[in-house]
Amino acid sequence: MRLTRDQVLHVAELAKLKLTDAEVDLFQEQLSAILEYAHRLEELDTESIPPTAGVLPLRNVMRPDQVRPSYPRQTMLENAPDTEDGFVRVKAVLDADELAR
Amino acid sequence: MKLHQLTAHEARELLRAGEISSLELTRALLERTERIDEAVRAYLIVFPEQALVDAERADQQRREDGDAGLPLLGLPVAVKDVICVSGAPTTCGSRILEGFCPPYDATVIRKLRAAGAVLTGKTNLDEFAMGSSTENSGYFTTHNPWDLSRVPGGSSGGSAAAVAAEMVPLALGSDTGGSVRQPASLCGVVGLKPSYGRVSRYGLVAYASSLDQIGTLARDVTDAALLLSVISGHDPCDSTSMPLGVPDYSVSLVPNLKGMRIGIAREYMSDGAQPAVLHAVQAAIEQLSELGAEILEISLPHTEYALPTYYLVAPAECSANLARFDGVRYGLRVLDAPDIWETYRETRERGFGPEVKRRIMLGTFALSAGYYDAFYLKAQKVRTLIKQDFDQAFEQVDVIVGPTSPTTAFEIGERIDDPLQMYLSDVYTLSCNLAGICGLSLPCGFGDGLPIGLQVQGPAFREESIIRVAYAYEQATPWHCQHPTVDGSG
Repeated sequence: MRLTRDQVLHVAELAKLKLTDAEVDLFQEQLSAILEYAHRLEELDTESIPPTAGVLPLRNVMRPDQVRPSYPRQTMLENAPDTEDGFVRVKAVLDADELAR
Repeated sequence: MKLHQLTAHEARELLRAGEISSLELTRALLERTERIDEAVRAYLIVFPEQALVDAERADQQRREDGDAGLPLLGLPVAVKDVICVSGAPTTCGSRILEGFCPPYDATVIRKLRAAGAVLTGKTNLDEFAMGSSTENSGYFTTHNPWDLSRVPGGSSGGSAAAVAAEMVPLALGSDTGGSVRQPASLCGVVGLKPSYGRVSRYGLVAYASSLDQIGTLARDVTDAALLLSVISGHDPCDSTSMPLGVPDYSVSLVPNLKGMRIGIAREYMSDGAQPAVLHAVQAAIEQLSELGAEILEISLPHTEYALPTYYLVAPAECSANLARFDGVRYGLRVLDAPDIWETYRETRERGFGPEVKRRIMLGTFALSAGYYDAFYLKAQKVRTLIKQDFDQAFEQVDVIVGPTSPTTAFEIGERIDDPLQMYLSDVYTLSCNLAGICGLSLPCGFGDGLPIGLQVQGPAFREESIIRVAYAYEQATPWHCQHPTVDGSG
């Protein structure tokens, strides 16, 4: 299967990767080759085969709903690139116009 | 006696007898690291001060209480830098995590500390454990101690090289598609990937969560079994760890194979491997037969589909797992972006290397609308067929033996521009992870002076079987006694 340049750009945007032009060209070639290789799975009839997402016989592992000690907020914030008043600071997620509506 | 050449179990006997101290051993290994790691580049970071403090404390504890049942008291262990050690940098070999220091220990680290181990440092890897050569590290490439112009394999190449070059007797790695076994094969050491669910993944930075498993690197099978027994067991912090007891793996260290049935899969003995590799594996099979094992030919008919299956399942899981690296809570953030979306895009563009981007792209595509059924779901169904192959084989045999890697160590730069060629390095190791079974690689010969690995695979939660076969073979052969000459003095 041959990916178009637009498909590569679409996937990059889904993955929030800002690729350079050279990377778009390279990935168009390489991903096409890998997907071409992956197409050999079509040789197998899997109509009646259930999918395997994980190999263990465990399902929905629960623990008692009890309060347990956690890490201090300050400790967890020490790795954040930008903080303010005990919060992680980021650029606005919603713009002002959107908020006004 | 050369302290650096001691295996962990040999060192333990000498520590118990009072003939050496952990401080002497640790200092000797740190000095050797200082001397040769400029050439090998196995470590991303070494903890010289802390290691000596911990070694001294272990010696003191031994003077007061003996080893008090602590199986690794005073024994040095290196850690692949994809496993969290509290307060020390964890980079995953990626620029996107430069400067990140986790506030907690992974469960395996907690267990190592509780067992008395001395942590020597964090080892190099392919970025986020994606690769087969350590060339994808965001920092530098590790060199193979047997030939410095060649790769050590990957992704746990730093751990394998550190053990092979005798900078440390034991190391942790992680194995998602062969990342412990393949570098063990290329570096001439023992690499064991436990069954999925045997070892807690809590504190292991996730690559492909349904395949990842922490494993051990050591210079002989006894050491691999020793380290495995320490890190195994159920952990409430990992919902995919199995609530099973841990067997005493040392019971499996017996020098014969009477009653063992060993399967040889014809799909592994094809001409896809180098002649020297096939020749060494054939000779190993004859040796196993002489040791009393019954050799049976079996078939794993879907083996050829493991590679395409893996390269859909693993990238799909990776694309979801690596979404967390967005510059918000930890690691790199590109500060001059105009808005939050551009912050994400710029940070991920600058922080990730080419192979990680390639796999995120591949996985995102395989999960995207219109392609999910044809690629991801299809791969999951073929995964079922691959697992069924093993289920059926293990009704007839106790373990399956074959080559670990189709080739010996390749030249640095040889495969880096051709992803498919690089992916073929793991053609014999991928299906073990897809099926969730256990496997190990141990030295079985040399080709042109480079180590060759024998892979032994066993059913899920039957590590005893692969350890038994590997130990009997090792004790009957000279391969594990060879030393690479890294610094001219051996």
